[in-house]
Amino acid sequence: MVNSNLITFLAEGKVTYTDGGAFAEYTWLIVVLPFIAALLITFFGKYLPLKGAEIALATIGFIFAFSSYLLYLNVTEGVASEFFINVGSIGSFDLEFGWVVDGLSIMMYFVVGTVASLVFIYATNYMQGEVRYTFFFTSLTLFAGSMLVLVSSPTLLQLLIGWELVGVCSYLLIGHYWEKKENSSAAMKAFITNKIADVGLMIGIIVLALSTGTMRISEILYQSTHDYESLKSVAYLAGVLLFIGAMGKSAQFPLHVWLPDAMAGPTPVSALMHAATMVTAGVYLLARMFPFYEGMASEALDVVLLFGVITLFAAGMIAIVQDDLKKVLAYSTVSQLGYMVAAIGSGAYTAALFHLWTHAFFKALLFLGAGSVIHAVHTNSMKEMGGLKKEMPRTYTTFILGTIALTGLPPLAGFFSKDEILASLNHGGYNTYFAIAVAGAFITAFYMTRAVVLTFFGEYRGNGHPHESDSMMTTPLIVLAGFAVTAGWVNIPGIYTGFTDWVTTRKNPIVEYHPESFDYFALTSGLLAGLAGIGLAYYVYQILGRPEDGDEKIKVEPIWNLLENKYYLDDFYFKYIINPTKSTLANTVDRFNTNILDKAVNLFGVAAIFLGNIVYNKFDQGGIDKALNISSSSTDALGARVKLLQTGKAQQYIMYFLSGVIVISLLILLVL
Amino acid sequence: MEALDIISYFLLLGLLLVSVKVVTTSNVIHAAISLVFTLAITAATFLLLSAEFVALVIVLVYIGAVIVLFLFGIMITRAPLGQNAELDNDKNKSLALVVSLSIFVIFSYVMFNTFDSQIIVTTGTSTELLGEILLSRFVFPFEVVSFVLLAALIGGITLARQDNALVDENQI
Amino acid sequence: MSAQPFLIAAAGLFSIGIYGILVRRNVVMVLLSIELILNAVNINFVVFNAMLGDALLQGQIFTIFIITIAAAEVGIGLAIVLMLFRNRKTANIDEFDLLKW
Repeated sequence: MVNSNLITFLAEGKVTYTDGGAFAEYTWLIVVLPFIAALLITFFGKYLPLKGAEIALATIGFIFAFSSYLLYLNVTEGVASEFFINVGSIGSFDLEFGWVVDGLSIMMYFVVGTVASLVFIYATNYMQGEVRYTFFFTSLTLFAGSMLVLVSSPTLLQLLIGWELVGVCSYLLIGHYWEKKENSSAAMKAFITNKIADVGLMIGIIVLALSTGTMRISEILYQSTHDYESLKSVAYLAGVLLFIGAMGKSAQFPLHVWLPDAMAGPTPVSALMHAATMVTAGVYLLARMFPFYEGMASEALDVVLLFGVITLFAAGMIAIVQDDLKKVLAYSTVSQLGYMVAAIGSGAYTAALFHLWTHAFFKALLFLGAGSVIHAVHTNSMKEMGGLKKEMPRTYTTFILGTIALTGLPPLAGFFSKDEILASLNHGGYNTYFAIAVAGAFITAFYMTRAVVLTFFGEYRGNGHPHESDSMMTTPLIVLAGFAVTAGWVNIPGIYTGFTDWVTTRKNPIVEYHPESFDYFALTSGLLAGLAGIGLAYYVYQILGRPEDGDEKIKVEPIWNLLENKYYLDDFYFKYIINPTKSTLANTVDRFNTNILDKAVNLFGVAAIFLGNIVYNKFDQGGIDKALNISSSSTDALGARVKLLQTGKAQQYIMYFLSGVIVISLLILLVL
Repeated sequence: MEALDIISYFLLLGLLLVSVKVVTTSNVIHAAISLVFTLAITAATFLLLSAEFVALVIVLVYIGAVIVLFLFGIMITRAPLGQNAELDNDKNKSLALVVSLSIFVIFSYVMFNTFDSQIIVTTGTSTELLGEILLSRFVFPFEVVSFVLLAALIGGITLARQDNALVDENQI
Repeated sequence: MSAQPFLIAAAGLFSIGIYGILVRRNVVMVLLSIELILNAVNINFVVFNAMLGDALLQGQIFTIFIITIAAAEVGIGLAIVLMLFRNRKTANIDEFDLLKW
């Protein structure tokens, strides 16, 4: 089952690794278990004391434990192996499923396992008493399974299946409260936007499979690092197509529009899918295919870099004007995903994955913190919050930690990962992009500080009675806060760079820049930008005005309008894509239909009638009809007599049957 | 002409006589009782053929259980007990006689021609061997048949249960 | 012992069963006749088994299976008769003519 190609592929590298032993061989367990659990919850969940949550918790707990051990194995000795199960073939293509156990996938297993288990615990309390509680856990477990299918995939086909399954689960979960129209249309929007991008991915996969003759990712990577001509000729095309797929899932400009709307789903969903796992699938895809991009499609990386940088800046700007706490975080997520994609584009594989790793923890923390706040004040709007510092101390403290981590102040997680991205942009000589990324850091700091000030400082502006959340909700926050502080320490240039080795077990073909020590120029500019952002926002919202005033002191109408309308992107889509398809295109088709197709049809019809009349009078009435009439009337007469045999009496039928038996037996006996 | 032959002739003659009684009597209870006799004679025949286990099964299952079932069926469907001229479908009688006689003739003809000089050698008891074979070589069909029996049990209960959802009052 | 009388008696039993099926009006009586037919088959199996001296006793084993199936058949058959009787207030087979044209 073990693929020899991967072994040769890896043997060229310098890294030491093992095949992971029995644990790697049984990794399929964590992929399959969630689906079994989802079935169990569906059928038996309602009868259990916790309404199915216990099955979900047990499953996710197992996944967490298993992935932790795999991570331990990977940290201590490095693991790389992949397993295939052949289920058949179409033409020359083998249909194979399987699982990969290497640094990259183990890192993803661990992120999924950790964040998902904390989110599940949180959700048992957060969703208490909500509609479709059991179904919620079914979809959540299903989602965990789909995500693991995606990240464990050794073939492009399985990756595509996982990719689509994740999309379906996202649809189910975003539309959890589908009774409200806007929620169900948000789910629809997410699904359709993703679907449009998936077409790119699908064509990309087909192009790759046809040019390499295989679906195995390791095989494709092997070919792309060994100058296979057939692959080289389509590399740029395939690279861009795969990136289009990644743009959908990882919400890159201009396909990011679904992610903010997806906040219509319950907050645990946002924390799990739209911060830590699902949206990182695109980055994961790019990272998985990184040797391909490096080896053959480096022009495509320029496209990736361009879109990443646009996204990180544009989405950050929108986050400044949002009044909805969750939408601030959503745009922030889009912006941070932009950082990751930009890092991949600049050739910094480790930096992108490192940011994915730290971001998963602190963004999940921020989302869960926001959920805790929303749970307390029953609104998403920051205009009706404020002053929650006193009422919700634990949420406040952890939220502040998440904010600092996201802003990038040392020594919290975001500092190291963002610094590494900035350093690699600087190293690559992308001066403009570097400047924009630093500006992005400033913006990040600004909108997060704004959100904190408006939410937690000043006086309470709502009408409810906010209170600290249950410990079932705050405990995950505290654990995640621990991660938000420490997750960055696994990759400090010059001190400890273990993370680089974790994720680059497939090291050899990856030619990437990895800073050996701090790039002090990048570090200083990033840090200064962050501090300036915090300072400015604090000055504007807390000192110059009161948090109660909101944006009044800083509002510059034209820019604000542009941002509040999200660069009119949604309007653009509606005006130039959706409505034209719905009305203009439909009209054109209609006109084409009436004027040309119908006319042609009519012409044929007239001719047919003319011809038909001749045939009817001459042949039909005279010959065919008469023959038909005779045969039908004779059938009718015969039927009228034969039907008398159909008495409906079973005994007579038996009699007929036995008479037949007798006749046949006599024939056999006497004649033969 | 051995003694066994004579016994077998008597048994088989008795078998045919009582089975004719099963299909000709105009009393339903008599029919069932005649079936008991038919089966009993069959069991005796099986003893003669040294198939004593099958004979016992016939006695236990058929005479013990199935006939009781039939009697219940007769009572529940309120078939008129005692003499009943309506029991037979007189229109069919002559035709049925022709059909069944011709089947008998064909069968006997075939049996005469094919097994003219076949001799049965009885071998004494066979139950121990039967048990071994049934639970070794034929254990899978054995289990399958037990499953069929279970299915029939459940099906019978489901069908015969007085369930209001199944009985549409308007149809009666 | 000659095998022939047994086989001919079994054929007779079979024909008598068929006569019963064709003539009887009561459904329970029809089922009774079906038992006669099954019994004829059983006799044949046992006779052939004895005649061939089969070491595996397959004839007897089949007889046992047939008896089991027959028991199941009677159970189901009578349940169906019961249902029919409940719905139509009669157990006469010639009154069930839903198959009529």
